[in-house]
Amino acid sequence: MKFGVITFPGSNCDHDAYWAAQQVSGQKAAFLWHESHDLENCDAIIVPGGFSYGDYLRTGAIAKFSPVMESVRKFAASGGLVLGICNGFQILCESGLLPGALLRNVGLKFICKPVHLRVENADTPFTSACHKGEVLTIPIAHMEGNYFCDESTLAELQRERRIVFRYSNAEGEITAQANPNGSLDNIAGICNAGRNILGMMPHPERASAPELGCVEGLRIFESLATALATK
Amino acid sequence: MITSPAFVIDPAVLRDHGITPDEYEKIKQLLGGREPSHTELGIFSVMWSEHCSYKSSRVHLKRLPTRSRLVLQGPGENAGIIDIGDGWACAFKIESHNHPSFIEPFQGATTGVGGILRDIFTMGARPVAVMDSLRFGPISSNSGLSVQPGAAAPTQAEIHKNHSVMEGVVSGVASYGNCFGVPNLGGETKFEPCYSGNPLVNAFALGLVKKNEIFYAKAAGAGNPVIYVGAKTGRDGIHGATMASEEFSETSEAKRPNVQVGDPFLEKLLLEACLEAMQTGAIIGIQDMGAAGLTCSTCEMGARGGVGLEIEMDRVPQRETGMTAYEIMLSESQERMLLVAQKGREAEVYRVFEKWGLDAVQVGHVIAENTMRVLEHGNVVAEIPNQALTDDAPVYKRPLQRWEPPVPREKPEHIQWNAGKDHTSDLRRLLASSNICSKRWVWQQYDSMVQTNTVEGPGAGDAGVIRIKDSQRGLAMALDGNGRWCYLDPRLGAMHAVAEAARNVACAGAVPVGATNCLNFGNPEKPHIMWQFSQAIDGITKACEELDVPITGGNVSFYNETLGEGIYPTPVLGIVGIIEDIRQAVHPGFREAGKTVVLLRGSDPGDMADAEPEFGSSEYAKEILGALWGYPPALDLEKEAALQKAVIEMAQAQLLDSAHDCSDGGIAVTLAESAFSKGMGIKVNLVSRGLPSEFVLFAEDASRMVISCDRGKLHGIQQVAVKYGIAADVIGETVPEKIEISVDGAVAVSANVNELHKVFEESLEKALRTEPELVAAD
Repeated sequence: MKFGVITFPGSNCDHDAYWAAQQVSGQKAAFLWHESHDLENCDAIIVPGGFSYGDYLRTGAIAKFSPVMESVRKFAASGGLVLGICNGFQILCESGLLPGALLRNVGLKFICKPVHLRVENADTPFTSACHKGEVLTIPIAHMEGNYFCDESTLAELQRERRIVFRYSNAEGEITAQANPNGSLDNIAGICNAGRNILGMMPHPERASAPELGCVEGLRIFESLATALATK
Repeated sequence: MITSPAFVIDPAVLRDHGITPDEYEKIKQLLGGREPSHTELGIFSVMWSEHCSYKSSRVHLKRLPTRSRLVLQGPGENAGIIDIGDGWACAFKIESHNHPSFIEPFQGATTGVGGILRDIFTMGARPVAVMDSLRFGPISSNSGLSVQPGAAAPTQAEIHKNHSVMEGVVSGVASYGNCFGVPNLGGETKFEPCYSGNPLVNAFALGLVKKNEIFYAKAAGAGNPVIYVGAKTGRDGIHGATMASEEFSETSEAKRPNVQVGDPFLEKLLLEACLEAMQTGAIIGIQDMGAAGLTCSTCEMGARGGVGLEIEMDRVPQRETGMTAYEIMLSESQERMLLVAQKGREAEVYRVFEKWGLDAVQVGHVIAENTMRVLEHGNVVAEIPNQALTDDAPVYKRPLQRWEPPVPREKPEHIQWNAGKDHTSDLRRLLASSNICSKRWVWQQYDSMVQTNTVEGPGAGDAGVIRIKDSQRGLAMALDGNGRWCYLDPRLGAMHAVAEAARNVACAGAVPVGATNCLNFGNPEKPHIMWQFSQAIDGITKACEELDVPITGGNVSFYNETLGEGIYPTPVLGIVGIIEDIRQAVHPGFREAGKTVVLLRGSDPGDMADAEPEFGSSEYAKEILGALWGYPPALDLEKEAALQKAVIEMAQAQLLDSAHDCSDGGIAVTLAESAFSKGMGIKVNLVSRGLPSEFVLFAEDASRMVISCDRGKLHGIQQVAVKYGIAADVIGETVPEKIEISVDGAVAVSANVNELHKVFEESLEKALRTEPELVAAD
């Protein structure tokens, strides 16, 4: 089992994702360079956080044209597991692998803080180690995390249970106050219809060790490891 | 030597270049009697500016202690380096970007962060944490009285200006650090009227490097190629260093074009490319182009190596056309580095920079003469001995004049003490005051967790703490400075800055091992400012010696004056400490109910005659009484050192649940802050020893900490306290929900913890939201 973590120019959470993936799976992880088409036989791809290509033009707008993303599209089309975190989520949306877009936070400021997430769907390869309705504490750190899509897409996401995480309070209630960035329907993470692509704004790799104050992000990596082991 | 025939050096030209007639005579003498060319004059102008040459401060800085068995690199390089064990070293430094941040807050702050980050990674260290120390003018009209003598209460216009400066600075710091990908662990943000026309933006950065992989800014080997890497050179920032070496006037805003523009994305690429290129083994020396740009890196790298650099302007990557040698040499365009590589191995270096999409161009080569030689279209336009620009730069022993602040040393008569008064509302007001309240609005805009090492982030209190991956160890760091105290007594105030930063680090369970200082002062040509500076250096020297923390580098920022009005003398200290086992790191917040709360005290509280003059410098006096008098609290450095050693030993023996330093707002604020993190209450009784209850609750006596522990560990704590000769008085216990502080058994403060926490958390945001809520336009 091997995790592949993409490095774009400007990625700055690639090492963090690499570290967390290795910690959990106890297996190999590899950095994948943006200019290469080679996914080096990785079993799951992580599109990490950061400021790919400086986030010039629009977050994720340039990354979608990179050679590595061509391979990621093919990999995903054949059922490969792809996890996009923060800037990775933005890139997946720009690439058309996930619907919708991430707009600037309603407060117009960068926000870095731990938030509560309610697991809306535990029946995905990314959340099998959680149970539905469970509240995880995982940090966010973004300027553009305000999820938006049109009404029919939202209805589709809801109908197909593709909203995987929603911002909630500690008790698991979905409230306006618990929504840090103005996301539509408190959406923090969604998956594709095939359930093999997940995009999420919160950073599970940052909630990955007791010294860091939180370990609940590891559940995402554990779920992935389980999915790969049973594949 | 070819000089521009049209160029005549007259007194006006010299004045524009900030060069005095005496200095000009010295320049001619150093050039062997000839007149400098235009380019050379520009080069002297920036290298001999206060900012680059330290000409006023150098004689004083020599007094600072700079050595210990752990110091691998002291002042004189891009950053200081400390051995932290396990084969690792850390590089750290603090630098100011005050002048640009006033003129253009966002870009001034971004380039401040960018500059200090380059100072770290040019030494081969990957930046792993930043912090910043910020000072602004008042942001609300009710934040205490204007205690600056002669100053009126701030006007609405002034307050709005302060808001916009603060907004710009904070978003600038955020934008740069967040994109670069380095966690910001907080720091400090304070407000005083004296910073209205002259905010302070001091950025601290720390990086990790393997001990055997440190790089130095030193050229060697005649014939070796000099390679320029990173961003292209533009006309931005020309004379930035000179600008930072004069006072502000009404026309300062016209200097906006002197402020550089930062690009954190480019800096991130430069970081990765530089660290990767260093791994090739082909790089001999490397220096960033910061203040004075290409000029500074060219002559300093040569000077350090006892060789010279010859560079050709035509080869320098340029983003604008028609730039002259003068402009290229003086540009302070950001995100650039100069390196010397081994001849024949250039391709290895180019390959790395090409991978990261960056320019890497050979612009010259090392020469045997200790000279900086600049060519334009093949013609020599500047040829200056390196020493003339570095060691031979002027050094001034400026006159000093003892100075008394125009502040009473005795308590004003109208102020009376209220024995037995209910101080709940006083505590609420203090918790809401701009200097004490939560700075969440600031640090929540900073990415404080990237790199996944943050053990103690911003907000909770004393020090930032990071783990070192693949090691048991951790590092703690803190920034501190109290301008008001230095204004009242610069020597004692500066000692406090060292003591408090070190105490903060010790509270986390870390052994303080090194310090960096950022010295923000007014115009050094005024004898009383120079006296303040000299006193502050004496204070820092004394405290660093007693607490065994050498200064490994830093920065001096003079001319922090607008319209002749100086800031408070504001030395800011950054201190780094080592935690041997990161699992032993101590947090400042109470963890659960039923724990014993203990006050650790290095020195005994004084009597009324001592306490009253000291109380005049407190936040209580400023915020609640609207007054300023007296002196900073007394500081016994021997007792301070004992206290710090004791708490570190307690942490290592895992006796502590929490430890938090008593500082602004006194013990009442300390207790409240420790209670906030988990919404815990406390029931505490303090002994007055005959002092007014205001003093007992809110006095800011030095060398104190509030710790909490299991009852069963109290004995161990007391044993350590006895060993170090400090007091460890049990003052109460943690309870659910309610904060209750009594003085001599009578309840003096009683409130719900959540209610106080809300006041503490929200007041900064409220102060900044003076505009009516925005309504959508359509």
